[in-house]
Amino acid sequence: MHGIADTLGYPEEATSTQVPLLARLHEWVITVDHKRLGIMYICMGLVFLLVAGLEASLIRLQLVVPENTLLSPQVFNRLFTMHGTTMVFFVGIPILFGFANYLVPLMIGARDLAFPRLNAFGFWLTLFGGLLLYLSYVAGDGLYGAGSAPDVGWFAYAPLAGRAFSPGNSTDYWNLAILASGFGTIATSVNLIATTLSLRCPGMTLSRMPLFVWMMGVVVSGMTLVILPPLSAAQIMLLFDRFLGSHFFDTQAGGSAVLWQHFFWFFGHPEVYVLAIPAFAFASEIIPVFSRKVIFGYPMMVAATVGIGVVSMGVWAHHMFAVGMGRTPNAFFAASTMLIGVPTGVKIFNWLGTMYGGRIRFGTPMLFCTAFLFQFLCAGLTGIMLAVVPFDWQLTDSYFVVAHFHFVLVGATIFNIFAAMYYWFPKATGRMLNETLGRWHFWLLVIGFNLTFVTLHFVGILGMPRRIYTYPADRGWELWNLVATLGVPLQGAAILLFLINVILSLRRGKPAGNDPWDAWTLEWSTPSPPPAYNFDTIPEVKSRRPLWDLKHPSDPDGLHE
Amino acid sequence: MNKGIPMPSVLTPEFPSGDWSQLSHRRAGVIGLIIAEASLLGIFVVAYLFYIGKSLNGPYPKDVLGVPVVNTLCLLASSVTVGLAVRALRQGHRRLVSTWLPVTVVLGLAFLAGTAQEWYGLIVDHGLTIGTNLFGTTFYSLVGFHAFHVTIGVVMLTLLTVFAWSGALRPTHAEHAELVSWYWHFVDGVWIVVLTVVYIIGR
Repeated sequence: MHGIADTLGYPEEATSTQVPLLARLHEWVITVDHKRLGIMYICMGLVFLLVAGLEASLIRLQLVVPENTLLSPQVFNRLFTMHGTTMVFFVGIPILFGFANYLVPLMIGARDLAFPRLNAFGFWLTLFGGLLLYLSYVAGDGLYGAGSAPDVGWFAYAPLAGRAFSPGNSTDYWNLAILASGFGTIATSVNLIATTLSLRCPGMTLSRMPLFVWMMGVVVSGMTLVILPPLSAAQIMLLFDRFLGSHFFDTQAGGSAVLWQHFFWFFGHPEVYVLAIPAFAFASEIIPVFSRKVIFGYPMMVAATVGIGVVSMGVWAHHMFAVGMGRTPNAFFAASTMLIGVPTGVKIFNWLGTMYGGRIRFGTPMLFCTAFLFQFLCAGLTGIMLAVVPFDWQLTDSYFVVAHFHFVLVGATIFNIFAAMYYWFPKATGRMLNETLGRWHFWLLVIGFNLTFVTLHFVGILGMPRRIYTYPADRGWELWNLVATLGVPLQGAAILLFLINVILSLRRGKPAGNDPWDAWTLEWSTPSPPPAYNFDTIPEVKSRRPLWDLKHPSDPDGLHE
Repeated sequence: MNKGIPMPSVLTPEFPSGDWSQLSHRRAGVIGLIIAEASLLGIFVVAYLFYIGKSLNGPYPKDVLGVPVVNTLCLLASSVTVGLAVRALRQGHRRLVSTWLPVTVVLGLAFLAGTAQEWYGLIVDHGLTIGTNLFGTTFYSLVGFHAFHVTIGVVMLTLLTVFAWSGALRPTHAEHAELVSWYWHFVDGVWIVVLTVVYIIGR
């Protein structure tokens, strides 16, 4: 093994601790190794998660009592803009693409992504975008002295985001930061697709790929290729409007006030699935291993994922029922939105079918996945409610919508990100995360999350609009706002416990060995952490669970598939 | 729980890797790039179609635009010549490669020159800029974006030409050259869409 490491020019693991800090950092900066880039993506996402979580805490603190004067309206607008933008582009995307980066080559028996240097380029572009967005806090005043951080919402509706209504440079920071990170994400998607289609080890046919690879390497990456460029195009138009005096979104020159919404949501709604399908991908790996059963309905899972990917591109205007599009578009988008519930329901039943009759082990990853099932179901049901046009007219832009999509993005995505952290941390570091701290983390997060976001449904139905910086005392919203804010410290404590767990476990965690969960996919056949070249020899697989075949030679999976 | 998996048995290929063939990763990458590019340009096409006839003041397309026949012929011809160059490279006819590649570059440059001439006329004679009206806004962005892609293609083809002349471009590089030609065909295909939308439907 040393011989290979030397010829490839990689430092040996044992000596790397003696290398001076600066040289070690330098190694990370110049790396093109998919595992290191994956870890850097995830670390970047966690840092931004803390920042955006702090922003959310400030928002909740402002709303804890009526007529609060903690934050000015301007600061409040900036906070919800930065919170949303950061969470979607610099927390969700980096963490999920980080996991894909780390796991896709390992799961398909490849040594790296198809284009390692393009991969590094994508990461640094994404990080640059995140830093550029936050530079606006010090540099966003521009020449006009108007605003610092962007305050136009994460969707930056034009013409509101045009020069006339958003002077100064803060909106340009939003625009350019998302444009830069968007190009990085497109590059990484091209990379993941090429890897999945071209670098599978012998025997790894498409129908034997782990579901994680199907979902991340094919569907999410493919969707990203189709939906992110339209956002980039719309942002370029906004840039032209703001700097070259063009009229794409200029109503005074005959431009449309609605066109941006179409362009944005054509990206924005599939983007929700780009953030949610990875949660399905994690669940599809973790639930079978912890139920000690093969995944139920593998072909239907693949078909349902592809179905969600395709249908998700035809639902965007359900964000715009209140715009006044007319009866036919409203009916079409209501129907397509309800249709997407079908493949999603198929998935829920498949996970339940996997658990049914299994010998379930409730390790921390499985706890998070179980909570995900309940919470994602709630998110889906409120989603169907919002697809009913008259219902949406009542509750659009209310806290009911906020509660709905936080059930998707926190209740499903963030929960399963934590499941994945506990599940694959041993592979990436060679040490287990502490289970006791993990359980505390889980229960605090479940209670805190539901305290905050279940109550936001109620206050939404009672009529509280989104994005208001304060509210009068006589509306009957005080109790729910108080309860919602009480959930925040619990969630904060949960995240803090997770970070403590990571730091402690990195130093003193139980050694993990190659395969701590008795799992079946190829990454668990490598040492923990895997060497830079992943596999000594490229493996050959004969079924969907190559490690099962290895451990049970008398009853290989291939007989039953 | 860790059973210390006996690695070699899962890791030893039993059949020769020749039986296992997949799409080349370069091709997959370029297909991905082309899908993303098509999606990007598609939004500019949608914006153009959406704003046809919505300009509040002139000049209007029917007054100032003529169908760019020569430009179109140049670009369509260049798709043929780049195809001939790739085929010659694969068959090892160096002389032909060194001829067809520069011909393609010249045809691409002729297209860009034609666009420059058209824009010069629009700006100087008709006073149409990106800020004049919705027609100017959508016209310059869509046609400009296409011309930008033509420029990228011309740069790549020029590099290939230099490598062909220096002898660095060998038949083993046929796939690389073919992928450049894919990009060039894509740019050509986009032009047909632009031609239809801007110069036929939009007039």
